[in-house]
Amino acid sequence: MNSFSSNSRILRKLPRENAFYFFTSIGNYTGMSAMSLEDFIQKIKEVNIKSLEFHLHRGDFQKWTDETLEDKELSEKIRSLQLLKPVGNTLRDQLYFIASKRFEELKK
Amino acid sequence: MKTKNRGNVLDDLDWRILQVLQENARQPYMETGRCLQVAHSTIHDRIKKMEEQGIIEKYMAIVNLEKAGAKYITAIMTVFTDPKESENVAEKLSKFEEVLEVFTSLSEELLIIAKVIAEDQEKLHLFIAHSVAPLAGVLRIRTSIVTKKYKDEIFFIKGSHDSE
Repeated sequence: MNSFSSNSRILRKLPRENAFYFFTSIGNYTGMSAMSLEDFIQKIKEVNIKSLEFHLHRGDFQKWTDETLEDKELSEKIRSLQLLKPVGNTLRDQLYFIASKRFEELKK
Repeated sequence: MKTKNRGNVLDDLDWRILQVLQENARQPYMETGRCLQVAHSTIHDRIKKMEEQGIIEKYMAIVNLEKAGAKYITAIMTVFTDPKESENVAEKLSKFEEVLEVFTSLSEELLIIAKVIAEDQEKLHLFIAHSVAPLAGVLRIRTSIVTKKYKDEIFFIKGSHDSE
């Protein structure tokens, strides 16, 4: 697969069963979901901070970006962020920065 | 006394048979007949008829999972839905083996309340995240994990039943 088609694949819109569903704790769904990387970046800005903390510390973002979006590079960057154990708006800002930077790279 | 139930007419004897069955579904017809002072063949015929009519749906053993050593958790899941999709969501939820009971309820919003069982919290979360949240019409979900059960009974028929 060349890099253009690989990038397009990462940026594709996913079917609803593969979307990322934001929870604040076990079984508590916020009603927000992301069906693409672009959508994910948007939701990082809007979703309850508890949800970002819940998923980052469980490794859910890392898993979804790796296994569903199939973007190992972004997944690895999120894993590095996870190791720093950020919380609150620091987490939101850093996750947003990492994901949006990667999005811009893929769009080129 | 006779009671009509969607076209099926139950008399006092039927109701008394149902009471006996709810207390002990394994009791032989002979003993039930002796108890209710009718022939065992009558008991047999009445039970057969109520089975055919769907009044008696099934016979099952109630297993105490804790005593049986099964490891599981129970949760009560409240699903907030788009009113247009509520029925679909309830029907789809009913098909999952993890979901034991499903009810719809109307408060300020249209809700579906379901009793869910899972091996542990992680499996409960994965089930809700991968199977319930993606259902069309699900707006949000609140889940409470049951920590202790104080009562769990079925509704038992008691006393006589008046005719309509």
